[in-house]
Amino acid sequence: MQPGLYHILFISAALFFIGVYGFFTRRNLITMLMSIELILNSVNLNFVAFNKYLWPEKMDGLFFTVFIIAIAAAEAAVAIAIIINLYRSHHSIDVEQAEELKN
Amino acid sequence: MLTGSVIIFYLLAALTLACGVLSVTTRHIFRAAIYLLFSLIGIAGIYFWLQYEFIAAVQIVVYAGGIAVLIIFSIFLTQQAGSKLPAQTNQRKIFALLAAFCGFALTMLQVYQHEFYLSAFPTGSVSIHAIGEQMLNVDQSGYALPFEVISMLLLAAMIGCIVIALRIKNQTEENPPVTGNSES
Repeated sequence: MQPGLYHILFISAALFFIGVYGFFTRRNLITMLMSIELILNSVNLNFVAFNKYLWPEKMDGLFFTVFIIAIAAAEAAVAIAIIINLYRSHHSIDVEQAEELKN
Repeated sequence: MLTGSVIIFYLLAALTLACGVLSVTTRHIFRAAIYLLFSLIGIAGIYFWLQYEFIAAVQIVVYAGGIAVLIIFSIFLTQQAGSKLPAQTNQRKIFALLAAFCGFALTMLQVYQHEFYLSAFPTGSVSIHAIGEQMLNVDQSGYALPFEVISMLLLAAMIGCIVIALRIKNQTEENPPVTGNSES
């Protein structure tokens, strides 16, 4: 069966919810960041697939993808800076350990 | 019919999804990063399969080359090597699985019920020349303004990383910030 738009949408949705599952179950900040990367990638795949199969004469999906990749890079860099800062003050990057604001 | 292109597509899809699942379920954090790397490479392969070479190249350079390496370095900086992550409670796993599966089922139901107006002739690859021309165009269809906004965002993120990861002077001697030069 020739792969088409629906196959790519299936992969993208599956990848998105794999990321959601990881985000719910993980309690380590770095692995939560990895889940977010998976989610962002699934969105990129969606944009590219729609661009390819619905509007192949335009390139707007490509630009959205490029911009999302750029924002994801900035987001990962800031997140890792925060993680390293948290590790310095708590010696752990478990989200259960960082609960000063709770009380 | 089963041509080479179809087989390659299914292999790439299986690689992406299997590595994605392993990445969120393994309890070795370093292995999780490596599985994530392979998942990202699988997605780059799907972009190649769709004949969007530019996006595939950007994916490999930024994700596989930049973000994955950044994550691996931060693992080395913050984790004890070889230690396992603590196991999650079964209750949390079950509810997360239930939520993810229900969301997935709902999404796929909507996708299959919706009728897309597929283009009659999906064209091949777009030239990098055309991409660059539209990216820096100031006409109605140009993306010059978002391009500039993204540049400002990257600059702000870079400065923010340096400021966040900088140690306070009186606490210890000067130490170069660990992140901040990742996206240059």
